Amino acid sequence: MFDYQTYRRWTDRTMVFLCGAAAFIAMIPLVSLLAYVIIRGVKRLDWTFLTSIPTPVGITGGGMGNAIVGTITLVIIACCVGLPIGIMAGIYLSEFGKKNKFAWCVRFTADILSGVPSIVTGIVAYTLIVRPMHNFSALAGGVALGFMMIPIVTRTTEELVKLVPHSIREASWALGVSQWKTILNVVIRTARNGILTGVLLSIARIAGETAPLLFTAFNNQFWPHGINEPTASLTVQVFTYAISPFKDWQDQAWTGALVLLILVLAVNMAAKLFFKNPRQLLR
Amino acid sequence: MNPSLDATKDTQIEKPLPFFSQMSQAGFGDKVFQKLTAFFAFLILFLACMTAFTLWHASADSIHKMGWKFLTTSDWDPVQGVFGAIPYVYGTLMSSLLALLIAAPFGIGISLFLTELAPQKLREPVAFLVETLAAIPSVVYGLWGIFLLAPFMREHIDPLLIKYIGGPFFKGPSTGLSLFTAGVILSIMILPTITAISREVFESVPNSYRESAKALGATNWETIQLAVMKPSKVGLLGAIMLALGRALGETMAVTMVIGNRPEVSANLLGASHSMASVIANEFSEAVGDIHVSALAEIGLLLMVITLLLNIAAHLLVWFTTSKFQR
Repeated sequence: MFDYQTYRRWTDRTMVFLCGAAAFIAMIPLVSLLAYVIIRGVKRLDWTFLTSIPTPVGITGGGMGNAIVGTITLVIIACCVGLPIGIMAGIYLSEFGKKNKFAWCVRFTADILSGVPSIVTGIVAYTLIVRPMHNFSALAGGVALGFMMIPIVTRTTEELVKLVPHSIREASWALGVSQWKTILNVVIRTARNGILTGVLLSIARIAGETAPLLFTAFNNQFWPHGINEPTASLTVQVFTYAISPFKDWQDQAWTGALVLLILVLAVNMAAKLFFKNPRQLLR
Repeated sequence: MNPSLDATKDTQIEKPLPFFSQMSQAGFGDKVFQKLTAFFAFLILFLACMTAFTLWHASADSIHKMGWKFLTTSDWDPVQGVFGAIPYVYGTLMSSLLALLIAAPFGIGISLFLTELAPQKLREPVAFLVETLAAIPSVVYGLWGIFLLAPFMREHIDPLLIKYIGGPFFKGPSTGLSLFTAGVILSIMILPTITAISREVFESVPNSYRESAKALGATNWETIQLAVMKPSKVGLLGAIMLALGRALGETMAVTMVIGNRPEVSANLLGASHSMASVIANEFSEAVGDIHVSALAEIGLLLMVITLLLNIAAHLLVWFTTSKFQR
C-alpha cells in the first residue's frame, strides 16, 4: 500500500528541488549571454573602436565613437527633461501627498506610465517633435527617453524621501526653520544618496533603450554637430549592425553590445554603491 | 486666513502641534514650495493625457479610413492603403502568452526558493543575478537571440518538439526565427519582473502564518502551499499581469528573432510578427501619411491593452501587499 507519509516527504523533496533547479536554470541564459558578449566583443575592442566613426562596408576599421557620444548626449537631454519633473513630483508625493486624492492619482498614473511600451513613447516624441521640425534629431530622442525617466525617478524619489525619519524634520522645525527650507536643506540632503541611486538606475534603464530612438534620434554615420540633427546611439547602431548581412558589421555589433553592457552595468553598480538596499528600487 | 494651516494639513504630521502653525514665520514660502512641487506632480498627469491624446490624434486618419476593419481584417498593404492588424495582434499575444507559460513557473519557483527555502547566504547573490537579467538592454538580448538562441533552437530544441509533440503547433522545418523563439527570449526578459514582484508578495505574508503551518507538522512544501501561496494568490496574479504587460510592449528582442512575417498560423515554429516590431520596422520608412497613421493606431492599440493590464495588475498588487500591513 502506498504510504501517505512517504508521499508527503517525497513531494516535499521534489518541490524543494524543483524550486532550486529553477533558480539554477535561470542562471544559464545569463551566463551564456554575458560569456558570449565578452568573448565575441573583445575581438574588436580597441582604442580605434571607441574613437572612430563607422566606415563603409568592405573597408576595415571604423568604430562607434560617434554612437558613444550620441548615447551620452541623449542621456543628458533625457536628464534635463526627466530629472526636474521626476524629483520635484517625488518630493511632492512624499512630503505633501500622504493622504490626498490628487497624490493618489499622480502615484497611480506614474505607475501606469512606467508600463507604457517604450516604442509607444517613441511615436509620441515623433509626433510632437520630429514631425513639426521636419527632421530626426537628438532632441526628439532625448525627450522620448526623458518621458520614460519621469515615472521611474518620481517613484524612487518618493520611496527614498519617505525613508527619512520624521524626527529629523521635527528637529529642524523646532529650530524655527520653515517647512520648505527643511525639505530642501535637511530632508533632501539626508536622502541625497538614495535619490542619486534612483537617478542612476533610471539612467541605466534608458541608456539601453533602442525602440524609442529608431524614429526619433534615428542614426548617423558621422560625428554629431548639434542636437538638432539625426544622432547615432550605441543601441541603434548595435541593432543596425546585428541585422546586417556583413560579417565585419556583425562583429562590431558584438563589440558595441559589450561597450553598452559595460556602461549599463557600471552605472547599475555605481547606483548600488550609493545605496545599500536597492531592492526596493528595482520595481 | 492662515496659509500654513493648509500646508501642514497634508504633511506627515498626524496632529500638528497647536502652536506650530502660528509660530511658522515662513508660511508664504511653504505655500509657494508646495504649489511648485504640486505643479510638477501635475505634469505627470499632463504627460499621461498628452501621450493618449497624441496617439489618438496621430492615428485619427487611419481610424477614420479603416474603422473597425482595422481590428477584423488581416491584410496589411501600405501601398494599397489597406491596413488590418490581426496578424500583429496575434503574434504579440501568442509570444507573450508563451513567455508567461515559461516564465511564471520559473519565476514563482525562484522567488519561493529565495524567500522560503534557500540558505541565507545564497539568497542575496541569486537575487542579484536574477536582477542583473533585468539590467541587460533588450537589443543585447536580441543580438544574443539572433546569433545564439535561434541557431540553438533550430539545431537542438525544435527537432525534438517536432518529433515528440508535433501536431499543428510544432511543424517543421524550423528556421529558428519563430514565434516560439520569441516566446523563449521574452520569458527570460520578464523573469526578473515576476521574481521581484512575487518575492515582494511572499515577503509580505506574516511569519506567524508559516509558524502555524509548521506547528501543525507541515513539511516545507505544505507550508508553502498553505501559508504562503494561498494568501498571495491575488498578488501573484498581479505579478503575472505586470510581466505580461512588459512582454506585450517589448520591441527589440522580439523584432530580431520573430522572423517578421505577418501571418496567423497555429504553427509556433513558423515566422510571425508583433505589434511593436511592425512599428519598429516600418515607422521610419513609412509610405505616406496614412501608413504612419496606421502604425500609430497599432501603437494606440498596444498602449490600450498594456494600460488595462497594468491598471488591473497594480490594483491587485496593492491590494495584497497592503492587506497584511494593517
